[in-house]
Amino acid sequence: MTVTMTPTSVVSLPDDPFTLENISNPYPLHEKLREAGPVVWLEKHGCYAVTRYEWVYEILTDFESYCSSGGLGPKDIRKEAEWRPPSILESDPPTHTVMRRGLAGVISPSTMRRLREQFAPFAEELAEEVAGRGEVDGIVDIAERYPLKVFPDAVGLRPDGRENLLPYGSMVFNAFGADNDIRAAAFEEGERVAAWIMDSCERENLTTTGLGADIWKVADEGRIEPQQATLLVRALLSAGVDTTIFGIGNTLYNLARHPEQWEKLKAKPQLAKFAVDEALRLESPFQMFHRTSTVDTEIGGVHIPADSKVLLFMGAANRDPRKWGEDADVFDLDRNASGHVAFGMGLHQCVGQPIARAEIELMLQALIKRVDRIEPTGEATPWIHNVLRGFARMPLRLVPKA
Amino acid sequence: MQTIPDTAALAAEAGSTGRFGHELEEVVVERLEEVAEGVRRLTLRTLDGSEFARWEPGAHIDLVLPDHVRQYSLCSPLADRSRLQVSVLHTRDSRGGSRYVHQGLAEGDVIRINGPRNNFPFVDSRKYLFIAGGIGITPILPMIEAAEAAGREWRLAYGGRSRASMAFADELVERYGDRILLFPEDEVGRIDLEGLLALPRAKMLVYACGPEPLLRVIEDYCMGWPPGVLHTERFVAASLDAGASSEPFEVELTQTGTTVTVTPDQTVLEAVEAQGVRVLSSCRGGICGTCETRVVSGEVEHRDAILSEDEKQFGDSMMVCVSRAAAGCPKLVLDL
Ligand code: FES
Repeated sequence: MTVTMTPTSVVSLPDDPFTLENISNPYPLHEKLREAGPVVWLEKHGCYAVTRYEWVYEILTDFESYCSSGGLGPKDIRKEAEWRPPSILESDPPTHTVMRRGLAGVISPSTMRRLREQFAPFAEELAEEVAGRGEVDGIVDIAERYPLKVFPDAVGLRPDGRENLLPYGSMVFNAFGADNDIRAAAFEEGERVAAWIMDSCERENLTTTGLGADIWKVADEGRIEPQQATLLVRALLSAGVDTTIFGIGNTLYNLARHPEQWEKLKAKPQLAKFAVDEALRLESPFQMFHRTSTVDTEIGGVHIPADSKVLLFMGAANRDPRKWGEDADVFDLDRNASGHVAFGMGLHQCVGQPIARAEIELMLQALIKRVDRIEPTGEATPWIHNVLRGFARMPLRLVPKA
Repeated sequence: MQTIPDTAALAAEAGSTGRFGHELEEVVVERLEEVAEGVRRLTLRTLDGSEFARWEPGAHIDLVLPDHVRQYSLCSPLADRSRLQVSVLHTRDSRGGSRYVHQGLAEGDVIRINGPRNNFPFVDSRKYLFIAGGIGITPILPMIEAAEAAGREWRLAYGGRSRASMAFADELVERYGDRILLFPEDEVGRIDLEGLLALPRAKMLVYACGPEPLLRVIEDYCMGWPPGVLHTERFVAASLDAGASSEPFEVELTQTGTTVTVTPDQTVLEAVEAQGVRVLSSCRGGICGTCETRVVSGEVEHRDAILSEDEKQFGDSMMVCVSRAAAGCPKLVLDL
């Protein structure tokens, strides 16, 4: 879409959420956009920006007026093909319904019980290793290593070539943001990486016992088409790695910077899942994506024409003081963070949510057992990414328990 | 599933007030009318002509009949509190409730009722789809009235064996026109659930009441809908008995060491949170699995879209945002 007109009734701003500065620290811009109105026109990108919780929630749950099949990126992929076949994230009912139902039995509470058992030993092993080491990088040594091992194992991915997972995730998510240099860099090796992923999703390249094989069984039962099975395995692989890495990293980031909260957690380790939830609210790994309006509609009294791109800021909604109170920017274990939109909401709410939560919580529990204090030993370096929020480097000192 | 406490036991258990804190109340049967083939409508008034308590769409009352207590949904106009109406289907295999209403009851009789109370609360939404199978139309009538009064967009799909068996069908069509979709089975076949439900709709709640097989199919379709849209009330063939617990129950929390009462209009999650106990939740509609809680003992009526049939049977965990104690189970012990 090109900027052909500025709607008169809407606040129009020149700000660009995809600059290095705004990516490194998105929150001042979030506040500006939130206070400017329920919806703001972003001149530079020719799209509407929605940052208040009420409206982000409204749009996420109104899948009829704001569709997903227009794509999560800035292009309307109903008109202009994207770089890859549309995923479950980029589908509407009834296609979405079929795929979502196919996944329902695959990621179930009993699967989760099994996965927790599979996931636990490596969390213990890794925590033991890093706690003994003292000076670590919270991202490279913990946040990246853990999901990169346990999650592809759970899916049943072959051992070779896993180094492609991060570049692939980077392509998928960066494409949800602006068509800029950051996106271009993510796509440098695009074709080779994408080909490897598609190949890895085929049944013969997956183990017979993982989540991937379970998805193929759904196809055997005739409940989804074989090509949908490939797409669903691909969706797991692309959605389940980067976001979880950032989930762990952002949880550590907050706990390292709030020693009093870490003390609370040590005293009551059963609070770990609430700590994770609060960290997901405050530093939401998946910050932004687009929806496309299907009809003429309105947001907070502002007219939105059909076929408009609407950029949703989950990260801003999760810090909206209208919803979370004046201390919305504060990391507080005692807060009830339920209802945050870090995993989305409604029809497309993240289906891998229990897996992500389990991974982050298990890693945290393993650390609580062994670590007395977590201290930052330097600034954390933001990961430069169009729509994901996290860190590339996070120097920490882990003081082991006596 | 279906328990039929006898009147004496009920009265003894309840003392002078009903089991649910409501008075057992004597009322007079003012009118008995055949409103469709095999369907009898009872109009009840208080003995002294005073008004009945306020009730909301979806509410039901217990009729305390000789040897039986039966629950029937209220289907009278909401605004008219001078009377209550219920409609009762006469079923062959009736264990007594409906037979008594159809054969033993006469106008002018005094009977006792308990309630009204509500296990099928009507939640505000922008749009509604109502689905009724047979006598399942009864709780839907006040809902339609409320949706209409609030200016909401709504439609009703109403199925039955034949037109003559479908209570209130004609007057609904007369009043609301093409918003009423009738499916008399002998003319047009069963309700077109595929057409109605295959494509999920946003901001629309589905309220369904009817026989178990119908509700199962509806549940199945609604798995593809957003969390929390489907609200059902089940009844067994004999009468409009709510299959789930329509009574308050207790939840004992082993970690916290407290016991919490869950009222019919509350979820376990809400009741527990109100006591300051923390439970992780996200969708609060039984679809994401975040609030899964281990069940130490007690029987659960599962209402989520996550657990498989086997997992439900096994019964060692539940989604506290939607699931409840099963009928006849006064207490759940949870690992909270
Ligand atoms: S909160 Fe999602 S299932 Fe209960």
